[in-house]
Amino acid sequence: MSVVAESLEWGVRRKPIVRDVSLSVAPGETLGLIGPNGSGKSSLLRLLAGLKRPQSGGVRINGQDIAQVSRKALSRQVAFVQQSAATDTNITVHDVVRLGRMPHRSALAGWSETDEAAVASALMRVDMTSRRAQPWQTLSGGERQRVHIARALAQTPQVMFLDEPTNHLDIHHQIEILRMVRDLDLTSVIALHDLNLAAMFCDRIVVLEAGAVRACGTPTEVLTQTLLRDVFRVSAQVSASEDADRPHIRYRVE
Amino acid sequence: MASDDAGGGPKGLAAFLALTVIVLVFAVATATAIGDYNIGLGTVFLSVTNELGLTGAEIAPIEQSVIWNLRLSRALVAALAGAGLALCGAILQALLRNALAEPFVLGVSAGASTGAVCVIVLGIGAGSLSLSLGAFAGAFAAFALVALLSNGATSGPNHTILAGVAASQLFNALTSYIVTTSGNAQQARDVMFWLLGSFGGVRWPDFQLLLAVVIVSFAVCIWMGRALDAFAFGDEDAAALGVPVGRVRLILFGVTALLTATIVSMVGAIGFVGLVVPHAARYVVGPLHLRLLPACAVVGAVFMVIADIVSRVVATQQTVPIGVVTALVGVPFFAIILYRARPQS
Repeated sequence: MSVVAESLEWGVRRKPIVRDVSLSVAPGETLGLIGPNGSGKSSLLRLLAGLKRPQSGGVRINGQDIAQVSRKALSRQVAFVQQSAATDTNITVHDVVRLGRMPHRSALAGWSETDEAAVASALMRVDMTSRRAQPWQTLSGGERQRVHIARALAQTPQVMFLDEPTNHLDIHHQIEILRMVRDLDLTSVIALHDLNLAAMFCDRIVVLEAGAVRACGTPTEVLTQTLLRDVFRVSAQVSASEDADRPHIRYRVE
Repeated sequence: MASDDAGGGPKGLAAFLALTVIVLVFAVATATAIGDYNIGLGTVFLSVTNELGLTGAEIAPIEQSVIWNLRLSRALVAALAGAGLALCGAILQALLRNALAEPFVLGVSAGASTGAVCVIVLGIGAGSLSLSLGAFAGAFAAFALVALLSNGATSGPNHTILAGVAASQLFNALTSYIVTTSGNAQQARDVMFWLLGSFGGVRWPDFQLLLAVVIVSFAVCIWMGRALDAFAFGDEDAAALGVPVGRVRLILFGVTALLTATIVSMVGAIGFVGLVVPHAARYVVGPLHLRLLPACAVVGAVFMVIADIVSRVVATQQTVPIGVVTALVGVPFFAIILYRARPQS
C-alpha cells in the first residue's frame, strides 16, 4: 500500500511543528525519517498514521483520504508502534498481542481461528512464542519492544509506522528489530536517530529540519557531508561501504 | 483455544462468579436475618418465596414485614451500591491509568455533599426526596466542572485527576462554609452522618431505581470492556488500535458520574469500596475487563453487604456509619497498594 502526504501543516498554538510536508512512500518500501531533536519526526509520523489531524493538507493511504476513514477501519490497515510504551497493568505477553486483533473484532465477538492464527504468527515472527505466558513486567526493554511489534503485526496491517523503535536497546537488538521490520512484506515508515542504522535498513530517507523536508532520496543521495554539517551540526566523513547504496558515517571531533 | 479473553479460561471465571453469587445470596440472607430482632435464616428464605408466590408457609406478619419491608430492601440496595461503586472504580482505574483512582476522584462525592448540605442546612426544598435530588444535582455540577476543566475529558489522565482534586476542594470548602455559617449542632451532626453513609431508610423504590441504573451502566461498561483493555498502554496506543478515545472516555466518565451520583444521593458517600474491590478482583481474574467487570460487580456487592452487617453488629444498640466500616477495611488495603506500587529501585 502506498502512503502519500500532501502539504501537511500542524502546530501547537501559533508555533508550527510540521510545515508543508509532502512525501510519498511506495508499496513495500521502508522509509526512514531522520532529523535533529525537535525537528518534527514524531509529529509527522502521527499525522501520517492518522493519530493527529493536520491543520491543512492530507494523507492518502492506498489512494484513500484517511480523514474520511473511521478510526477502527484505519487501524485494520495501519499499525503504529510507539517508542517504549509502558503500563502498570499486570498483563501477559499473549494478552498484549491479542489486543492487536481489536480492530478486527466487534465489541463482544468471540475469538476466531483467524485471530488466533494472526497472534501465533506475530509471536513467532518476533521469536516470543515460548514467552507468551510471561507477565509484561518481567520483560526486558528489547523484549517489550518486540512484543509491541508483534501486537502491531497481529493487526495484520499493510502499513506500519514506528517511532524510534530501537530507542534504549543495545546494538544487537537495534539491528534485530530493524532487520525484522525491513524483511516484513509491508510498507513501513520509521523515525530513527541513528544515521548509520537508517543508511543500513532504509530504502529511502527523508530528512526533516525545523518541521520541513530538507532532503529526500536514497541513503547515498541524502547522507552527505554538507547535509550532516548543516542539519545535524556535526562534522563527519561519509564513506561507501561494500554496498554502494549504503553509505557509512564516521563522526569527527574537532 | 479459549473462546474468551483468556487468562484462567472462561470456566475459571464462571466458577468464580457462581461461587461469589452463592456467597452473595447467603450474605444478603444473613443481613436480612440479623438485627435488633433476630430471625432464622429458614424463615427469611420462606418469607421471600412466600412473597414471590412460590410457597404459602405460615410466618408471623411482624416477621414478614421486617424481612420484606425493612431488611431485604436494605440488603439489596447495599449489594447494588457495592457493585456500582466497584464498577466505577475499575472503569476509572483503567481510564485514568492510575491504581489509586476511585469513584470520588472526579469530585462527585464532594459535589453531592454540597448539594445535600444545601437541602439540610439551607432548607432548599423539603423532604427526603429533595435531599436525594440536591445530592444528585451537586454531584453532576461537580462532574460538569471537572469535564470543563479537563477539556471535555480529552486532555489526558493526570489533567483529569488534577481537575477532580480541584473540584473536590472547591465543593468541600463550600460544604464547610455553609455548615459553619448557617448550620446548628444538630444539622452538623445530620450532615456528618449523611457524609459517612447509611443504608437506614432505603426502601423498594430506591432499589428499583438503583437496579435500573446499575444494569444500564453495567451493560455500557461491558460493551466497552475491550476498548478499556486497549487503554493499558495509554490513550494514543488505544487510538492506534482503533478506539475512538475521546468518545469512549466521555461516555464512561458520564456513566461513572451517573452511577456514583445515584448511589451517593441514596446512601451517602461510602469510601474505599471503589478502590479496594477492583484491586482484589484483579488478583483473582486478571486485568482484562470482560472478566474483571463482572467479578468487580459481585465482589463489590458481597463486600458491601458484609460491611453493612458489621456496621450493625459491631456496636450494641447502634449502627456505625457504613463509611467507617469500609474505611477501616479499606485503609489497610490502601497501604498495601501503596507499598506494592513503590518504585522498584
